[in-house]
Amino acid sequence: MKTFLIHRFLLTIVTLFGMSVLIFVLLRLAPGNIVDILFDSAGYVDPVDKKAIERELGMDRPYHEQYLTWMGGLLRGDLGKSYRLETQAWAVIAPRIPVTLQLAAWAMAVAVLLGVPAGVISAVRQDSPLDYVLRVVSLSGLSMPAFWLGLLIILFMVYNFGTSPIYMRAPQNFTEHLKLIGIPALAVGFRSSALIMRLTRSSMLEVLRQDYVRTAWAKGQSQRRVHYHHALKNAMLPVITVIGIEFAFLVGGLVITETVFNIPGVARFLVQAILYRDYPIVQNLVMFIAIIVVLMNFLVDLIYVWLDPRIQLR
Amino acid sequence: MENTVTEHSAQAQHRGSWLGGLLDFCRRKPLGGIGLVVMLLMVVLAVFAEGIATHDPVSTDSAQTLRAPSAAHYLGTDYLGRDMYSRIVHGTRISLAVGLATTVLGGVLGLVLGLTSGYLLGWWDQIIQRFMDIMQGLPLLVMALVMAAALGPSVQNVILAISIPLVPRAARIIRASTLSVREMPFVEAARALGMSELRIAVRHVLPNTLAPFIVLTTAQLGSAILVEASLSFLGLGIPEPYPSWGRMLSTSAAEYAQRAPWLVIYPGLAISLAVFATNLLGDALRDVLDPRLRI
Repeated sequence: MKTFLIHRFLLTIVTLFGMSVLIFVLLRLAPGNIVDILFDSAGYVDPVDKKAIERELGMDRPYHEQYLTWMGGLLRGDLGKSYRLETQAWAVIAPRIPVTLQLAAWAMAVAVLLGVPAGVISAVRQDSPLDYVLRVVSLSGLSMPAFWLGLLIILFMVYNFGTSPIYMRAPQNFTEHLKLIGIPALAVGFRSSALIMRLTRSSMLEVLRQDYVRTAWAKGQSQRRVHYHHALKNAMLPVITVIGIEFAFLVGGLVITETVFNIPGVARFLVQAILYRDYPIVQNLVMFIAIIVVLMNFLVDLIYVWLDPRIQLR
Repeated sequence: MENTVTEHSAQAQHRGSWLGGLLDFCRRKPLGGIGLVVMLLMVVLAVFAEGIATHDPVSTDSAQTLRAPSAAHYLGTDYLGRDMYSRIVHGTRISLAVGLATTVLGGVLGLVLGLTSGYLLGWWDQIIQRFMDIMQGLPLLVMALVMAAALGPSVQNVILAISIPLVPRAARIIRASTLSVREMPFVEAARALGMSELRIAVRHVLPNTLAPFIVLTTAQLGSAILVEASLSFLGLGIPEPYPSWGRMLSTSAAEYAQRAPWLVIYPGLAISLAVFATNLLGDALRDVLDPRLRI
């Protein structure tokens, strides 16, 4: 067990290093850099000024030096300076993280609370009209672009309630919290709930066909006991792993939703930084996302092994 | 009931293999048939866009801005006076072309890498596996976002930006199948007969790995269309003047949505319909091709 953990951990570190190189190289493929964009509005850039700014931002040094500077800083906790805002990167990123985490947590809650019961009902009442309706709804949830769902929700609220859930200032009380964070969480979580619903359904169906469930029926146990105590517990295994992985991939949906609802979170900041070629911000945020994804995968593997005693560790 | 299906299936096979098989598929899986029909309709829209559209999708008309749907403009006009119906019809061509190109490119590359990785094993496998792990460490949209920003706005770059992140997913599926197929007795028999490794890999191993791959590819077509729409929505996707469904939703959303909801409803509906159809088709294919159900 211990060797397995150490092995996996080292693999994780290697993967993260590989990703940092990939991100670094990708960003520098772009033909223009931030100086070009900063001076776009001015029209003309004096080459001397441009060189001076590049030197100040450290962009004239060879690439491997820039990479090592970034890596060294990252390991020390120093994230460098934002090109665009000329402040410490950490100072601009830090206040935005709690907002995004809140949104992600709410979205995950929506996804699980909608998806798991729907999947169970759908499996237990397989091929009934309710099952078909739930399957169509979940499939449309997977098919709708997150930004379209968000826009429709905004339109709906404006028409019917006269208020818009677009973030203008921080929520003051719980109702505002519900409106400004809960509604976007619904938009993001709906898609994840569709995925979870489908997986719960197929997992439940597979478990319900097992022999031990048939034995429980034969012993005359109540429907509730069979479904929840025997079937659901075993069906949840793959679902839990997917929930863990979905949390990390929620970030993709957050990028869109934060942009649509104007929420001042990390994901929307990432998009703005990309548009401005603000390398320090983009590098650090993408590494941040990568670390979360890789850590979640690792955690999910551990949980899966812990929950299922049949799994042998090599 | 089962007998009728098998009889029909046998008749269908006689009727001329692939057409008969197709009709049989539609009969057994009506939802998949619907998905297939919708996709074919969209292909027709894409190919014959010039004939089906009523106006030029890029010409502006400042006298006709933000008109509600009418007989002259089936789905209304946008803030520049462009006809929405024509833009959506032409957008079908872009979205389907980009979606198909990315899926095929990502799928083929993934297939080659996965097959060689799973068949040859050894150090090549290790290198490819590590590289795939690295590329799968980021969500699809974030990866595509960074690549699209790095490469610059053009149709080819968008295709590249979306297809590259799709490669590891395809490679993983093919590799898993290859690992199990290569141990089968008929592969050993082929080797004993003196067949070259390349011939064995392509002629015997590959066809048996294709079933889950086809299911994945169909699902990835939907993802590709969604990611392209998201990239265009954020301003990093298909550039002007090509009409892209995603970009239609970004430019009109903030300012005009309340006055002109048709700007928001129809492009989004188009995207959802396309992805819905690919998902229906993918689900049906999985039900048909999944060997566990072939009892």
